[in-house]
Amino acid sequence: MKLTRSRRAILVIGFAAVFPWAGHAESLAIRNCTWCHGVSAHGYSPAPGLAGQRREYIQNQLKNFSEHTRDNPFSRLYMWGATANLSPATAHGLAFYFSTLSPQAANDGNRELEAEGRSIYQLGMPDSNTAACVVCHGPNAEGVGEIPRLGGLAYTYLKRRLEQWGEGYHAAARPPMPRIASKLSANQIEALASYLSFVK
Amino acid sequence: MGLQFVSRAAILAVLFTTAGRAQDAVSRHDLQAKMDYCKTCHGSSGQGFRAYYSIPRLAGQQPEYLTNQLQAFSERRRTNNIMFNVAHVLTPAMQKALVTDFHELNPKPLGGAPKDLVTAGKKIYEEGIPSADIPPCASCHGPDAKGNEQFPRLAGQLHDYIFNKLTNWSKERGQKPGEPDVSAIMEPIAHGLTEPQVKAVAAYVSYLE
Ligand code: HEC
Ligand code: HEC
Ligand code: HEC
Ligand code: HEC
Repeated sequence: MKLTRSRRAILVIGFAAVFPWAGHAESLAIRNCTWCHGVSAHGYSPAPGLAGQRREYIQNQLKNFSEHTRDNPFSRLYMWGATANLSPATAHGLAFYFSTLSPQAANDGNRELEAEGRSIYQLGMPDSNTAACVVCHGPNAEGVGEIPRLGGLAYTYLKRRLEQWGEGYHAAARPPMPRIASKLSANQIEALASYLSFVK
Repeated sequence: MGLQFVSRAAILAVLFTTAGRAQDAVSRHDLQAKMDYCKTCHGSSGQGFRAYYSIPRLAGQQPEYLTNQLQAFSERRRTNNIMFNVAHVLTPAMQKALVTDFHELNPKPLGGAPKDLVTAGKKIYEEGIPSADIPPCASCHGPDAKGNEQFPRLAGQLHDYIFNKLTNWSKERGQKPGEPDVSAIMEPIAHGLTEPQVKAVAAYVSYLE
């Protein structure tokens, strides 16, 4: 009994370190997000997985949502509201927390397109001036700093993101994605989204 | 007489059309599209970019050095898969146009190196390390680190890129057996430097404009 209590105390202290504003609002803050982003933040259509996403990238996106520069329909519908009252400290704590969870691959792409997607990802298409994604997103699509993890995100989410840059949404995103994505054909987008959905 | 005139004219015409073709071979539109592509990775002004890999600055770089590196990538004298793919589709005329354009860019250095290493780095750059037989870098790369022909500019280069190159020199450069290239000049120098020395000199040159 005594032991359990001290264990709980340790847990609370651990949480308080991650979420400096403490109290028991913390689990509520996380639940507010995982309600849409799925159990363990592994993604739940249409909300993408956040587990293992890069901390700096999550923070940038939360800022983009609250400043309304990420302006595609689902962002407007879901994330503008979800970030309306997030303090910078809360956003920071949540970004840190989600970045520490282990990701899980969605595995929902088309296996037949995987090889083509891998080739575009790893080698680019120099004849049509498409840069190899690997240079920025990493050999395992794990991302780094402000460049997001792509490995294991859901096929439909990746497809939509890549299409929407070409349609002019989120045009104020950090370069270079609007330009890269707007040059990809529909088939190339499907191949990339398929490949990435399987990457662990 | 008449014949001679005709053949001269013919020769001139041939010269002219080949010269003309070399110019036409790169349309302004194609060059712009290719430059935009290079800048996706190398930074919007060729200043370099830190992604998963450290992508070097090309701005202000010596055209002769750039041309030789592009050829080295496509001939696999310098091993890098990403740049092999980029380089082997470039026509000679496109290469020439690109290296000329990159040479003319002059953005501020990207920075980011530990500032406390700069003083030690400056000393190595200007005086070398006599005890280890390392000549002053300035003697080949120039007192202001702007380079000259095959000697690359180091001013403003990303410090982490320089560190990676100098610590991997013999695994990446001069990789075609029986075809030694200018990379052999740098090899003993890259080998002779200790890691802290490489970090210091890389930090120093990375801040030079
Ligand atoms: C009502 C559902 C909902 C809630 C609640 C919600 N999200 Fe989202 N979130 C979404 C959807 C849907 C998207 C995808 C937007 C798109 O398609 O561009 C998204 C996207 C994101 C992204 C962008 C991910 C990426 O890979 O670019 C981040 C970061 C994010 N949400 C964080 C959060 C955080 C933190 C919370 C809790 C404060 C939260 N979300 C709450 C539905 C929700
Ligand atoms: C020069 C670096 C660079 C290259 C090359 C690059 N990306 Fe990106 N990518 C980024 C950055 C930076 C972001 C974050 C944009 C933001 O902050 O809004 C990003 C974001 C993305 C996202 C959004 C992920 C999410 O969670 O919503 C996708 C999808 C993506 N990139 C796919 C690709 C694909 C596919 C390729 C290759 C065809 C590629 N990228 C090449 C830098 C790059
Ligand atoms: C997909 C990203 C990408 C694209 C696109 C790209 N590069 Fe590179 N480039 C790199 C990387 C990464 C390196 C570093 C290679 C290494 O570490 O040895 C590099 C190195 C170089 C170097 C060697 C520089 C030096 O200081 O030794 C030259 C020259 C170069 N690139 C020219 C170009 C040109 C010209 C283009 C456009 C036709 C281009 N690159 C397009 C990623 C790219
Ligand atoms: C004897 C002449 C000489 C001296 C002295 C010299 N270098 Fe070099 N350096 C070269 C040459 C030539 C190259 C180009 C090699 C190639 O083409 O592969 C080079 C290339 C380099 C590169 C690769 C640049 C790039 O963009 O990839 C770095 C970094 C470098 N030198 C650093 C140094 C440092 C630091 C010193 C002093 C400790 C130094 N060099 C001294 C001749 C010299």
